[in-house]
Amino acid sequence: MSKNQSAPEILISLKPYLVRYRKKLILGLLFVFLTNLFNVTGPILVAGAVDSLKLNPTSGALLGYGLVILFVAAGRGIFLYLVRQTIIVVSREAEFDIRNDLYQHLQTLSASFYKSHNTGDLLAKNTNDINAVRSFLGPGIMYSANTLVSFFFIIPVMLWINWKLTLLVLVPLPVMSYLVFRMGKLIHQVYSDIQGHYSVLTTRVQENLSGIRIVKSFVRESAEIRRFTELNGIYQDKNLKLAWYQSFFYASMTLLIGLSVVLVVWAGGALVISGALTIGQMTQFVMYIGMLIWPMVALGWVMNIIQQAAASQKRLNQLTDETPEISDSSATDHQLTGISGKLEFKSVSYTYPDGRKALENINFSVDPGEILAITGHTGSGKSTLAGLIVRLFDPTSGVILLDGRDLKSYPLKVLRSKTGYVPQESFLFSDTIGNNIAFGVESAGDQDVLEASETALIRENIEGFPNRFETVVGERGITLSGGQKQRTSIARALMKNPDILILDDSLSAVDTQTEDAILTRLREKLAGKTVILISHRISAIKSADQIVVLSHGQVAEIGKHSELVDHGGLYSALYVRQLLEEELKAIS
Amino acid sequence: MSAPFHEDEPSGKALDWQLLKRLFTYVRPHKKWVAWGVVFSVTASLLGPLRPWLSHYAIDHSIAEGDWQGLHLIGAAILGLLILEVLFQFGLTYITQYLGQKAIYDLRQQIFSFIQYLNLSFFDKNPIGRLISRVTSDVEVLNEMFSSGLVAVFGDLFRLVFILVLMFLTDWKLSLITLSVLPPMIYASFLFRRKARESYLEVRGQVAKLMTFLQEHITGMQIIQIFNRENREMDRFKKINSDHRDAHIRGIFYYSVFYPVVDFLSSLAIALIIWYGGGEAVQSGVTLGVLFMFIQYVEQFFRPIRDLSEKYDIMQRAMASSERIFKLLDREPWVEKTDGQIKPPALRGQVEFRNVWSAYTDDQFVLKGVSFEARPGEKTAIVGATGSGKTTIISLINRFYPLSSGSILIDGIPVESFDLPSLRNRIGVVLQDVFLFTGSVYDNLTLGNREIPMESVLKAAQLVQAHDFISALPGGYEFMLTERGGNLSAGQRQLISFIRVLLYNPDIVILDEATSSVDTTTEALIQNAIEVILQNRTAIIIAHRLSTIHRSDKIIVLHKGEVRESGTHTELLAANGIYRKLYQLQYSEQEIG
Repeated sequence: MSKNQSAPEILISLKPYLVRYRKKLILGLLFVFLTNLFNVTGPILVAGAVDSLKLNPTSGALLGYGLVILFVAAGRGIFLYLVRQTIIVVSREAEFDIRNDLYQHLQTLSASFYKSHNTGDLLAKNTNDINAVRSFLGPGIMYSANTLVSFFFIIPVMLWINWKLTLLVLVPLPVMSYLVFRMGKLIHQVYSDIQGHYSVLTTRVQENLSGIRIVKSFVRESAEIRRFTELNGIYQDKNLKLAWYQSFFYASMTLLIGLSVVLVVWAGGALVISGALTIGQMTQFVMYIGMLIWPMVALGWVMNIIQQAAASQKRLNQLTDETPEISDSSATDHQLTGISGKLEFKSVSYTYPDGRKALENINFSVDPGEILAITGHTGSGKSTLAGLIVRLFDPTSGVILLDGRDLKSYPLKVLRSKTGYVPQESFLFSDTIGNNIAFGVESAGDQDVLEASETALIRENIEGFPNRFETVVGERGITLSGGQKQRTSIARALMKNPDILILDDSLSAVDTQTEDAILTRLREKLAGKTVILISHRISAIKSADQIVVLSHGQVAEIGKHSELVDHGGLYSALYVRQLLEEELKAIS
Repeated sequence: MSAPFHEDEPSGKALDWQLLKRLFTYVRPHKKWVAWGVVFSVTASLLGPLRPWLSHYAIDHSIAEGDWQGLHLIGAAILGLLILEVLFQFGLTYITQYLGQKAIYDLRQQIFSFIQYLNLSFFDKNPIGRLISRVTSDVEVLNEMFSSGLVAVFGDLFRLVFILVLMFLTDWKLSLITLSVLPPMIYASFLFRRKARESYLEVRGQVAKLMTFLQEHITGMQIIQIFNRENREMDRFKKINSDHRDAHIRGIFYYSVFYPVVDFLSSLAIALIIWYGGGEAVQSGVTLGVLFMFIQYVEQFFRPIRDLSEKYDIMQRAMASSERIFKLLDREPWVEKTDGQIKPPALRGQVEFRNVWSAYTDDQFVLKGVSFEARPGEKTAIVGATGSGKTTIISLINRFYPLSSGSILIDGIPVESFDLPSLRNRIGVVLQDVFLFTGSVYDNLTLGNREIPMESVLKAAQLVQAHDFISALPGGYEFMLTERGGNLSAGQRQLISFIRVLLYNPDIVILDEATSSVDTTTEALIQNAIEVILQNRTAIIIAHRLSTIHRSDKIIVLHKGEVRESGTHTELLAANGIYRKLYQLQYSEQEIG
């Protein structure tokens, strides 16, 4: 996509959304037309009424005029209502579609995308950018249509009455549009500048409060206040600049609007004296001017809306142009519908996009029915290894074989439905505990949920909550302890009835006794399945069939507990330390 | 949009005289401007309604009588009035904003300064986020109150009164007829405002739901993908998204009804003027010009009334915010007490703990009768497992927290007797989690103290051998650090914090060694730097380095809040107690590596 696209070129990508609602949209444009038809008639009637005063009208005739004016106002009102009910509603419907499509797209993007994009930015695209585009689709289209149509109706009538006066009184109007456009843009810029500085100010306060210990230790309070004063002063100046522009803007708008009326009374009055214009027509002019002001203001405003919408749409297009890194491809064999669970890593390496090496030349193999434990220091690559198995990312080199076939030949859906994964950070959704546990299965029976929570030793806790499995987790509900979250997360993985279960440090927040109990249950439940158990705790992994010790992304040691302890390397050092820790804790 | 999740809408009053009075104290220093504001406001309100009145005069007299001269005179007069009004309006708008900005500046300044001097335990008890919003968003609401021209409300009222006077003086019967549409107009405005507000709250609720969903699902996207939940989450999203859409569409309804209704009521006024006024015109004195004038007054009259209900809302929020702000400013008792008088130019550096008890909450003691002494120039290492109370000990020395009982003496004087800033100036602190601010390396070294000359900074940097790496940074000492010094390595951050302490030349050093591992070259630099800063100073150290342990004159073993062992490294190892285990656990690896 070229960088210098014009606004219409960018906004054309919105066409499908409008086409979808074309009927309602066309109806809306028709209503704009009808509104203006009534609009133009009102002042004609008033002019007639005013001029008839000279001819001694009966009060019945005047009542008639009054009623007709009301009728016209009612007609105009009804169509104005309908315009909003169509065009603005369409914009909300299109917004709904745009947002759905964006979310759908987000769901296809891979872990690496989410690592390199921050959540705040993605949320901003979903709100600010979509809002800007929506403003264009709704008010943008509505007001531009209205401006065009009102000119089309009103100006010919004015010209027909008196073209010289028309040209004269219209002079301030384009100036007004231009002013709104330029000042609108300027004010918008100053405003975003202020917003930017506001976040600088906020960050400063936040930093100061987070570092309050240092500030106090070094007795720097007054220096901190001085720094804040500076920022506060800049913020004030920027706001005053905005105030200046706004004051200028409002004042000049009053001037231009007032000028149009003065012109009508002055020049129009002269024409009335010379007999070229009736007093009623003069009134009519004043009313028309009143009707043209808003469309002219809207014109300048809409131009800004269009520019902002184009900038936002460009950002949205960049997002929708992202392609998922991991998806089913030509290498996928759709005949594969199940797995038995034999995993083999062959010279697997993984390098982060920024060039840091996470894993280097990893080799091991694990059979169904076996438990493979992985341990090592923080940052040694354990979680990356787990992520490779569920294809959160693919190896940079080497190959992972599942039942002897490349992992990439399995459809993603099949691979993931057969793999139970309990991530290091137990992420639960703000939903009921029951729904969280049943997250990965299409239709979960209550019995299954009970069983899974029983195995993960969380059932008793849940049943102790007032709403049991209907208890909502998270901000709006109950706060679970770290250990409860981990166990819920394990139950969630068990619900899949997986052939491979990966526990990524998933028992770190429960005590060793509970850990032991859970592991024993898992061993029974998952007899014949493959288990990958990542943990820092020797107590958890010592009975594993194989233990892989990772160090700086490489396999440092591999073997059974007793072998590794005898070997006297990294593993045995870890083991000794943990024994010491327990001893220390025991000293009262 | 900065924050999608707002605090709950306050339900307080829109006018609280106590609060207003207190707010007004911030405007008082700018009395002169207030006076000008009032003058401008009143003048502008008088000028506006004069124009239609002059127009009416032109129509009824100059135009009707064919008086060219009169028409030009009045035309020029109207133009002149318009220009005057515009100038006054400009001045008025700017002055009110200026006043607001000045008041807000002072208020913001006061809140920030107030927070600076609060007790550390206040920060433990109050989430930082809440304090930030006092300084930022709450003040911002007051800003909105000023900039929305709330001050101009008084001008608006004045204008309304003036229009009424002009109308009634011209024709009181026609005035009454015109004003008869006012009650339905006011009713419609308030009804609309109420409905619009309900709808706004509903929309906001839906927006919050949408944002919560999105935030949660973007954060948990991997879980969704691993559990093959994409389709069902899509359905859920559609449901939330459509609720959001429908809430908006319901809101559109109120807007699409309100504006046509207002428009219709204005037309009703015009129809009434024509019907009644027209009839009068025929029979008696109401002229065309009067009709013309009344039609224009209808417009001038309705606009401020329409805005009134909106301003009511802003006022309500402003009251709630200022209440929160003043509640914070009223927390005087939390301000650090500096009642001590002693301001030592220098300390000898003797530190003594006498049976010190300390608790976070009333009955959970972290330190249980800790006693020890560090003689001037002595290095004391505190060793213990996590949670043994090490951090508490160092926080007490420079009076971050009060003691429950016992006493801490420096040079034989209780810490409470010292003037707080003087005491802290003599004690240097290096915390485990090095805190660096956004800003240049230089600013981080001096911490904004402009009295420290560049030569001292260079000398200190050379002493801890950090000059080389700093000079190698782009811009050297002017290199800009990102938040928390994220663009430096852990080792570099530590070196910066050592220079910082050296520059303040303390008599006592409190050192909480960082645990993060660094490469061997940096490790050598750090060990050297520690030696430099500890030289000729009393030091209390939470040690993580074997080298630091070896360098200590005395080691205090803290276990579960009590001093269990003390002595030199060799003595303690020989005693074969807790220290030996701790040593094996924490330091033995360093011996191997």
